[in-house]
Amino acid sequence: MRWLRGGGISGFVVRRVLLGILTLFLVSVVVFVATQALGDPARAILGRDATPERLTALQNQLNLDQSLVQQYLNWLGGLLHGDLGDSLAAQLPVTTLLHDRLINSAVLVFCAAVISIPLSIALGSYAALRREKPFDTISTNIMLLLAALPEFVVAVLLVILFATTVFTWLPAISAVPPGTHPWDDPEILILPTLTLILAVAPYVARIMRASMIEVLESDYVEMARLKGLPERTVLRRHALPNAIGPVFQVIAINLAYLAGGIVVVEYVFAYPGIGSALLDAVVNHDIPVVQALAMLIAGVYVVVNLLADVATILVTPRLRTRL
Amino acid sequence: MSVQQQPTPAPAQPSVSVQELQICTNSGVPVVTEVSFEITPGEVLGLVGESGSGKTTVGLSLLGHARRGLRIAGGEISLDGENILALGDEELRRLRGSRASYVPQDPASSLNPALRISLQLREGLAVHGWGNRKERDARIAEMMREVALPDDPEFLHRYPHQLSGGQQQRIGLAMAFANRPRLIVLDEPTTGLDVTTQATVLATVRELAALHGVAALYVSHDLAVVAALARRVAVMYAGRIVELGPAEDLFESAAHPYTRRLVGAIPRLTGGRSLVGIPGHAPSPGRRPPGCAFAPRCTLHIPQCDENVPALDTVRSGHRARCIRAEDVLKQARAKVGDPLDFIPADADSAALTLENLVAHYGPIEVLHSINLTLERHECLAIVGESGSGKTTTARSIAGLHRDWTGSIRLGDKALEASARARSTESRRQIQYIFQNPYGSLNPRKTIGETVGQPLSVFDIAKGRRADEMVQEMLEQVSLSASYANRYPDQLSGGERQRVAIARALISSPSILICDEVTSALDVSVQAAIVELLGQLQRELGLSMVFVTHNLPLVRSIAQNVAVLSEGDIVEYGATAEVLADPQQPYTRELIANTPSLETATSEAMAKEAGRG
Amino acid sequence: MSQTEQAPALAEGVDTPTPPGRTSSLLARSLRLWRTRIGVLFVLVLVVIAIIGPWIAPHGASEFVAPPFSKPGQNGAGILGSDYIGQDVYSRFLYGGGSILLSATISTAIGMILGIAIGLVAAYARNALDDVLMRAMDVIMAFPQILLALVAVSLIGAGWGIIIAAIALTTAPRVARVTRGAALPVVERDFVAATESMGLSRPRILTGELFPSILGPIMVEATLRLTYSIGVIAALAFLGLAPDPNGANWGVMIKQNQLALATQPWGALAPILAIALLTMGTGLIGDGIARTAAGIDRERGDE
Repeated sequence: MRWLRGGGISGFVVRRVLLGILTLFLVSVVVFVATQALGDPARAILGRDATPERLTALQNQLNLDQSLVQQYLNWLGGLLHGDLGDSLAAQLPVTTLLHDRLINSAVLVFCAAVISIPLSIALGSYAALRREKPFDTISTNIMLLLAALPEFVVAVLLVILFATTVFTWLPAISAVPPGTHPWDDPEILILPTLTLILAVAPYVARIMRASMIEVLESDYVEMARLKGLPERTVLRRHALPNAIGPVFQVIAINLAYLAGGIVVVEYVFAYPGIGSALLDAVVNHDIPVVQALAMLIAGVYVVVNLLADVATILVTPRLRTRL
Repeated sequence: MSVQQQPTPAPAQPSVSVQELQICTNSGVPVVTEVSFEITPGEVLGLVGESGSGKTTVGLSLLGHARRGLRIAGGEISLDGENILALGDEELRRLRGSRASYVPQDPASSLNPALRISLQLREGLAVHGWGNRKERDARIAEMMREVALPDDPEFLHRYPHQLSGGQQQRIGLAMAFANRPRLIVLDEPTTGLDVTTQATVLATVRELAALHGVAALYVSHDLAVVAALARRVAVMYAGRIVELGPAEDLFESAAHPYTRRLVGAIPRLTGGRSLVGIPGHAPSPGRRPPGCAFAPRCTLHIPQCDENVPALDTVRSGHRARCIRAEDVLKQARAKVGDPLDFIPADADSAALTLENLVAHYGPIEVLHSINLTLERHECLAIVGESGSGKTTTARSIAGLHRDWTGSIRLGDKALEASARARSTESRRQIQYIFQNPYGSLNPRKTIGETVGQPLSVFDIAKGRRADEMVQEMLEQVSLSASYANRYPDQLSGGERQRVAIARALISSPSILICDEVTSALDVSVQAAIVELLGQLQRELGLSMVFVTHNLPLVRSIAQNVAVLSEGDIVEYGATAEVLADPQQPYTRELIANTPSLETATSEAMAKEAGRG
Repeated sequence: MSQTEQAPALAEGVDTPTPPGRTSSLLARSLRLWRTRIGVLFVLVLVVIAIIGPWIAPHGASEFVAPPFSKPGQNGAGILGSDYIGQDVYSRFLYGGGSILLSATISTAIGMILGIAIGLVAAYARNALDDVLMRAMDVIMAFPQILLALVAVSLIGAGWGIIIAAIALTTAPRVARVTRGAALPVVERDFVAATESMGLSRPRILTGELFPSILGPIMVEATLRLTYSIGVIAALAFLGLAPDPNGANWGVMIKQNQLALATQPWGALAPILAIALLTMGTGLIGDGIARTAAGIDRERGDE
């Protein structure tokens, strides 16, 4: 197992991937425990209709008479084969149910990320450069306030502002009729995307600003100026490469925030994505769907974090060569 | 280094002239005032001062730069006739790195960790228009040879963190000399470097400056280093130059009381002398008195001193001092040095501490290879070595702070466990430890009284009022007033904090005191006072002491015996006077030879003058 | 590393006592900043509303006062109009903050205590225990807070107990991470080693030496966590997962009244503004404390 210890960059990547896989396993255990092990799923599903016969029938149908460990292994086995079980509410395979919704959510997240990430990097950097001048003080305070607001508050305020009460430019509902795609009617994407951006960007921007300030006050940037380098070169060649490292971590965190945020945002705008699917499943005690979506969202977070870790190492020579 | 030295005939015309320089904080508090001096091409001017003197600020201002929160408020700085302070942004940018350059104090943080060395070297040449690509590469190779670094592409391809501290500093030197500047400002560039590396760097600076006819300003707190390098020295105190003149004059017989006291506080290699520190501390900007800033601490103080700030008057030819009693100062005999040390005879019959076969590890690396040492009662043993020698590891192992060791450490005849926590209360009480960094060894959230009193409660020695009394007594024994008990560490200076640390260590009446580089983070005058105090306490309380340091001359002033450590082995051991006067081992000899000291420096300088004249 | 004295700094190392006022606590000093004062004002106003609201409400929370979605003053409706089934918005608004604030505070407190304990232990251990603890924290952090709450609720139903537990459980690892990050540099400082050489027990080192030294970041984190806890609990209510689906609860009110945003916005707007003000308030307080702590550190010249 010596290759686990050394191996330079590829060794590191392998170790990190293994760690990620371990984390995913543990995550699956948590999901399973939270949904199936802490109570009686059958009773939860049937609710008020829980007569003893129905309970037994449902328990047999769901294989709940087997040991917990066996149930877990069944479920895990299914997961790894792409079989996510059947939705209890819709009596359809989970994969069929979620397929279109997954695409819809992916589109939404993509639109939000592709705007918010460059925007927040630019905002944060510029604020750091113009530190304690008007642009910085105003933007930092706005970002602070926005970052504090819960997403649904932002969503509803935007609806009030642009869709229903102050102005009525945009649709308040972003329903995507089944069989069509979100991009067929781009207007419906605007408010949900805007909400996500406003939920995520301020936080990333503040971190970017802090990281940039630390770099700008560093000894090596001062030294670059004392060498007579033009300010543009100082920023581009000396400051920026050092400011980028932490940003990957923050992007990862924020994609996680986005993942949590889509639940609320899709609900507000009635957008048919996995967030609203999750909500429906929770209300209906549709456990296989809940399990699948929880794994998906948590899994995305683990993978994104892994990529962020590797990216950070790659852009930081000091860490890279130490491997 | 095979650089042909042709002594450049020093032209009488200075190329650098600073007049009435004034630097303030943004809110108008003066930090540097009335600073004037000149440097001729090829000359190194030493700028000496302790913390708060303003020396680094002056150094940076020669490039027209002021740190955040400061601005250059007045005066003139001319380089070859051109006033730097009157330049516009673009002209200033062109000046920096080409005609005037800077060598920073901390090479590790001044090199960009994300960029390769080659790039950082090349951009300095490129931005100031040094020829074409090939010519630049040739110049880089030449620069590398000038600073005795490899000039092959593999080395240049590295990142800064892949170089040693000494190599990083030499890269900094190379970058500064790259464009053949007219002025170089060096800001304590050898701080933190090993004595041997330091010697190399200093030699390089001397040669390059002479070779290229560069005017150099060498900023430092270390008089011994400056003496080895500079022909003339300016001494700064509380933002002003208080004395300016030829190096040997200042060291042999200075005209300003502060300089005298400073010289007296420097540890010497020869003669077992106790050190004399300067009580009190320098006033900070904004708290400077209307008269002479040194007056409150000066033994020659008269009421007139407090009326006005003295002018920097000429005392002898080429020698100026800012003191109204300069003539009286000169009349004093040589710089005051302390009395010969008076050690309690060590008790050879009972060993306080015995180290046998001590082998220590840091992870997989063996850092101590079988150390054998005996500390007798009442003895003060110095452990000397450069960084990486294992001296701190030894000290920490004795204290139980470093746990990864084998062999035996005996307190008297009792074998000690590896970890402090595993030891008996009594053992822990007997061995006390004082740390290097006075800014980290006191809990910032606790009052001084709480910190000093903590051992009393941990060792169950005293409580309540009795504990408070003991704390006050202890504070007074370390020359701090009892009122300090209610203060917090950030209200104290470094020297005061170190006294608190000593008080904390001694309050439980230990028999063994371990001092780990306790003066390395302090100014020279404060260092002297602390060493004075430790010596006095050791004699009064009959302590056995282990004194760990890298500063060889300092050992002379406190320890009877010395053990020299190199890379995990004791290479030499014996009485301090003997080892320093007549070292047997080559390593020790080299260490002594490379240690800058006032005596060797001034005698060298005088020989050079004699040879030249 | 410089060999010269690095005292509390202005431009350079300077030997001075810092200005008086040292003994006033971080909180008191942060109140000198305008932003902290504004934040405290916001929070206080809303806390007062939440606490005394039920006493001063003109109508009961479930009392019918006017036809649904009547505008303010219309048909006998109150100053904020009526909601989706005709209850008085103003009264329900006054009733609606208490449960959110209480549950958020409790869950944050539990999460903080857990997280601080884990973080301190991990930071001080610096060995395999540290790794194991942090991996466990990573696993829980893989779930966005609201996701874990949803998952738990899906099985057990939306009770206050489960919601508080879920928020506390997801708060703890985030707090642990911050605590550990703040404590690690302190663990390396010599004053901790000094107590170790004295043989001070581990728990006493954690509580007596480490914890007091990281109060600044802890307080900032506490306000941040409180902000998020409020957000998640309100969001859960908004999504229909409040323990009392018909009770007066700001989140529930928004959900119930969002249909009429075009005509009678107050049913949703009032609680929205309340939540917005509350979270902005806690955010401002946290920022004020953070800036004060940074200012103190800079003044002191801490490494």
